[in-house]
Amino acid sequence: MNMSYVLLHAPALLIAIPLFAAFLTPIIDRFSKRVRNIFVLAVLIIEEILMIIFAWDVFTNGIHVYTMGAPNPTSTVPLQSAVPVRIVLEVDGMSAFMGLISTTVSLAAGFYSIAFVRKETGQGKFYTLLLLMLVGMLGMEFTGDMFNLFVFFEILSIASAALVAYRSYYGDAVEGAFKYLIISSIAGSIVLFAIAILYGQYGVLNIAALAKAMKSTTLDMIALVLLISAFAMKCGSVPMHFWIPDSYTVAPASITAMLVVASQASLYALFRICFSLYGNTSYVATSGAILILFGLLSMFIGVTMAIPQKDIKRLMSYHAISQTGYMLLGVGAGLYLLGNPDFSTHGMAAMEGGIFHIFNHALYKGLLFLTAGAIFYKTKTRNLNEIRGLAHSMKFTTIFFLIGAFSIAGLPPFNGFASKLLIYESVYHVNPILSIIAMLVSILTLASFMKVFHSAFMGPPMKDVERGDVPKSMLFGMMVLTAGIILFSIIPGWVVGHIVHPAAQSLANQSAYIRAVMGD
Amino acid sequence: MIYNIPYMASAILVIVGLYAVLFKRNLIKIAIGITVLESGVNLFLITLGYRENAVAPIYTNLPEGTSIPEGMTLPVPQALTLTSIVIGVAVLALILSFAVKIYQHYGTLDSREVRRLRE
Repeated sequence: MNMSYVLLHAPALLIAIPLFAAFLTPIIDRFSKRVRNIFVLAVLIIEEILMIIFAWDVFTNGIHVYTMGAPNPTSTVPLQSAVPVRIVLEVDGMSAFMGLISTTVSLAAGFYSIAFVRKETGQGKFYTLLLLMLVGMLGMEFTGDMFNLFVFFEILSIASAALVAYRSYYGDAVEGAFKYLIISSIAGSIVLFAIAILYGQYGVLNIAALAKAMKSTTLDMIALVLLISAFAMKCGSVPMHFWIPDSYTVAPASITAMLVVASQASLYALFRICFSLYGNTSYVATSGAILILFGLLSMFIGVTMAIPQKDIKRLMSYHAISQTGYMLLGVGAGLYLLGNPDFSTHGMAAMEGGIFHIFNHALYKGLLFLTAGAIFYKTKTRNLNEIRGLAHSMKFTTIFFLIGAFSIAGLPPFNGFASKLLIYESVYHVNPILSIIAMLVSILTLASFMKVFHSAFMGPPMKDVERGDVPKSMLFGMMVLTAGIILFSIIPGWVVGHIVHPAAQSLANQSAYIRAVMGD
Repeated sequence: MIYNIPYMASAILVIVGLYAVLFKRNLIKIAIGITVLESGVNLFLITLGYRENAVAPIYTNLPEGTSIPEGMTLPVPQALTLTSIVIGVAVLALILSFAVKIYQHYGTLDSREVRRLRE
């Protein structure tokens, strides 16, 4: 099997392998738990390797298209037709970038889960749903078709909601899952309504074909409003953020790390809609301003709500809202300036900052949730007033927590600093107040995490906690993410140049996105 | 005017569904609201594909004398609706099973009393 054949079919394979493996997992589970664990980890490792190879090809050679079921996968528009009729997967730099995030965090979550859920029942179903979450995320990120986007969105929602309620012997786990599912299904229905409005006008479902036909009618504007509100609700931006702390807190720690990435898949969909679908309409600057506003509100309200929390995971969930604000601010500023002469100087840098922050957020927030899970695993409580002195016994977890905390607070030289600096410098040119608020939020984040560090890890050791750190597989899961953080902290310039810049470039370049499917 | 009635009906269903989800306190009623909301969207999709005096989009079932594309309703919205209905059933089943679990843990379905998380 040669490499070009694999690369040609990579978009479909990356979705098909975990989908097939997901339904194989319960069968293997009946025979041996050990083989099942090895199988799931093998699938996740294969996904990660394939994704790295594929993403590298996309970053160097440009957009990949894949037509499902066509004799020749690269011919998107059939001969007898003027528009694409089959489902088209379209992977550009931004999609590949998001795919890398999803597979990396899934790999870490997979390793972490092995020990974390060892004592639970129904593990076969747990891993099935975990793989289905990966399918949903990759599908949302790779698809070039509006309806397909909706289908993968729903797959992701159902799998996530079931996993949030995994420990259903806690009443609050089911309560959090109920909220998550209600929010998801409302968002899904709104998305479908918007898709129906677009289909009714243009008769196509392909994003590139829709973007080419877009005529900026009133109905288009209504569809844009519906899509922005649905995806902003699902990515946890502030006016619709209330469900995030509830469902993140109660999910098993490895799933919380996955939920962070699942929310980012919705964030990706939001950006894809604004840039690729509505990129040449007159609504660009307005939607950019709306994203900036959402970003500011999320940053500020998220962090101020986080400070008084006593539950460690709830505190981190509010920080997740606050960090999502940075991404919305950075990319929103880019969208606001799109088409202006300023775009090449400040707009691009703002988008790079926002997009780089997505990856950094997935790494450090995933890591922090995993350390919170490790604390819960050891002490059986999430209440910060009861936890103390863990640094005496959990040495590695302490180091991982500190790295994550420094990174989220944006302390140099960590990767959080690199992306935040890009955002500060560039949004300053949009409005200086934006930078000031962003820096203020960063300082409050540091204060909040120092409080957590002090109360959880410092002080005399707790009496009824056994010595020693958490099991090796959990440490390994945290190590995967820590390695990513350290790598990104050492070479931020290379990462921005070779991974983030192609992603930002492809998101901003709408005509290339359309040309890849529709031809010239 | 008369042609717009299906669109209005679907919009009303969506609004009724949203109202139920936002303002009803009983978890089962919220589940009903979700279903009504989905039905509104499905009805909207089906209405989009309607053509006057057209037959179902089955190729072999076409009456004599009708031209192929114009004589049939649009098949794509029907395929979309079918998919959406299947997804809706899965979501509804999951919501209801969560409601059962919540009732077992809390002994109530009133959303004002199901708030252990907020403490």
